[in-house]
Amino acid sequence: MMNYFGKKILTVILVTFSGLVMAAGGGFPLDKAPVDLHDKESLKRGAVAFANNCLSCHAASYMRYNRIGADLGMTDIEVSEQLISTRDAAGEKTKPGQLMKIAMNNDYSKIAFGLKIPDLSVIARARGADWLYTYLRTFHIDDSRPTGMNNMVFADVGMPHVLWDKQGLQKAVYTTEMGEDGNEHHKFEKMEMVQAGSMSTEEYDAFVGDLVNYLVYMAEPIQVERRSLGVKVVIFLVFFAVIAYLLKKEYWKDIH
Amino acid sequence: MAFASVEYIMRDVPYGWLIRYIHSTGATAFFVVVYLHMFRGLMYGSFKKPRELVWLFGMFIYLALMAEAFMGYLLPWGQMSYWGAQVIISLFGALPIIGDPLTLWIRGDYVVSGATLNRFFALHVVALPLVILGLVVAHIIALHEVGSNNPEGVEIKKHKDENGIPLDGIPFHPYYSVKDIVGVVVFLIFFSLVLFFAPEGGGYLLEHANFVPSDPLKTPPHIAPVWYFTPFYAILRAVPDKLMGVMAMGGAIVVLFLLPWIDQCKVKSIRYRGMSFKILLAAFSVSFVVLGWLGMQPATPELTLLARIFSVVYFGFFIALYFTSKNEATKPVPERITK
Repeated sequence: MMNYFGKKILTVILVTFSGLVMAAGGGFPLDKAPVDLHDKESLKRGAVAFANNCLSCHAASYMRYNRIGADLGMTDIEVSEQLISTRDAAGEKTKPGQLMKIAMNNDYSKIAFGLKIPDLSVIARARGADWLYTYLRTFHIDDSRPTGMNNMVFADVGMPHVLWDKQGLQKAVYTTEMGEDGNEHHKFEKMEMVQAGSMSTEEYDAFVGDLVNYLVYMAEPIQVERRSLGVKVVIFLVFFAVIAYLLKKEYWKDIH
Repeated sequence: MAFASVEYIMRDVPYGWLIRYIHSTGATAFFVVVYLHMFRGLMYGSFKKPRELVWLFGMFIYLALMAEAFMGYLLPWGQMSYWGAQVIISLFGALPIIGDPLTLWIRGDYVVSGATLNRFFALHVVALPLVILGLVVAHIIALHEVGSNNPEGVEIKKHKDENGIPLDGIPFHPYYSVKDIVGVVVFLIFFSLVLFFAPEGGGYLLEHANFVPSDPLKTPPHIAPVWYFTPFYAILRAVPDKLMGVMAMGGAIVVLFLLPWIDQCKVKSIRYRGMSFKILLAAFSVSFVVLGWLGMQPATPELTLLARIFSVVYFGFFIALYFTSKNEATKPVPERITK
């Protein structure tokens, strides 16, 4: 009797636990994001994609519009036309020198989505490029969720699949295997397109690639300049080290 | 908001990013050189008679530096800043009777809040730097009294010429000033490599979670201090009881203060000391590094067991040293510094 209950409890624990592991989405393999911060065309496409698709619920309130212009080679007029769609309280269009803020406030987002929507200025440094790249490509149909969608790397995510019209709607296909422990295991096999979007899979991957590239840039706009300054500094220091060593040797040659 | 202020410095202040990275990388670099400096002191017995006071002042600097680093880490106000401070301050709560009022007094609030941020800022920017500055002056005055040690462990003030100048010594300037320029530049090369090419240090120097603004309602899944605290954090977690853990962690630092009296060997330098000291020092170094690694990992049963073993090795070093150092088989120390 005891043994029977023992087994039953163990099964419950195991099932619950495996459910938790799946819910946490831990271990889903991340795809490598095509990040290239020297590819300014990709960054520009990403900036436009960001402004058109993300920057109404998500703010990037540490970033200025004209910084993008200065770094990626866009004039203020181009920045204003391609990236800015907000207005201030007086109805005046947001200036290129202003921060990338949005109209939605936290009170409203808490009612609509149940949480404060994260600012995306430094999201690439918090999550990593590969995570973002995989996240934006692994939304799949899940009728148990309020939005009808779930995500492979961010289980039970509150964000709806806003890019569905581009990617289409996909379904996760699992295979069921009998594990060595005698329990059934669900293993993710592939994504299956249920309803095609306006982009092919390759086009959508490239679109998300540009977007993630931009997010990586935005998280630390100085990083290209940082590395190039670093090369100069290190070359100088190595040169200086040689001279300093020779000077030291000269002074110390009399010491025994 | 403090988090936004850091990003403002990173983006809108000219070269603010450089200053910020020098500061964040500098914290790690400071501990790297302090640990190297302390290890050199251990190897060559610089903590021993007549330099006990030098060692004690040095230990107080180390303590003040830990407080400085801990308080500074709260200031960017990211998730790891917030929760790290929450965890460490709550440790004081383990003390009997005074625990709760003490944590309240440190935080200035019932949780880590703006009040805590403000006082930590004041302490980090004004109070503790002044304390460290004062201690550094004391450290150098105490050193000046007895003179520097050397890898031979010879007291250079024992043999002086008729003008009172040590026969075995050379003037600091120009010899050590030019030598130190080389050291500083070599250090700066490594420093710049991190600063310009890997300021996040793979998430170990600037943690990923610290790019998320602090949120008192959301605990990050894995909280770990920055690497320079992790050996002590591992010792804390190795002990099942919270109060005992806090005492073990405190003890791990206190015992370092007592080193000049624990090590009773008359010979200073590792060059002339016996095999037992060399083995003990090696075991101690290994335990410090392993504990440092363990302190960054999530506490699984296997790793906790490992942390217990190496905590025993850590404290075992001091106990074994106390008993073996008195009758250590040493080699004869030269009287003078020769070639």
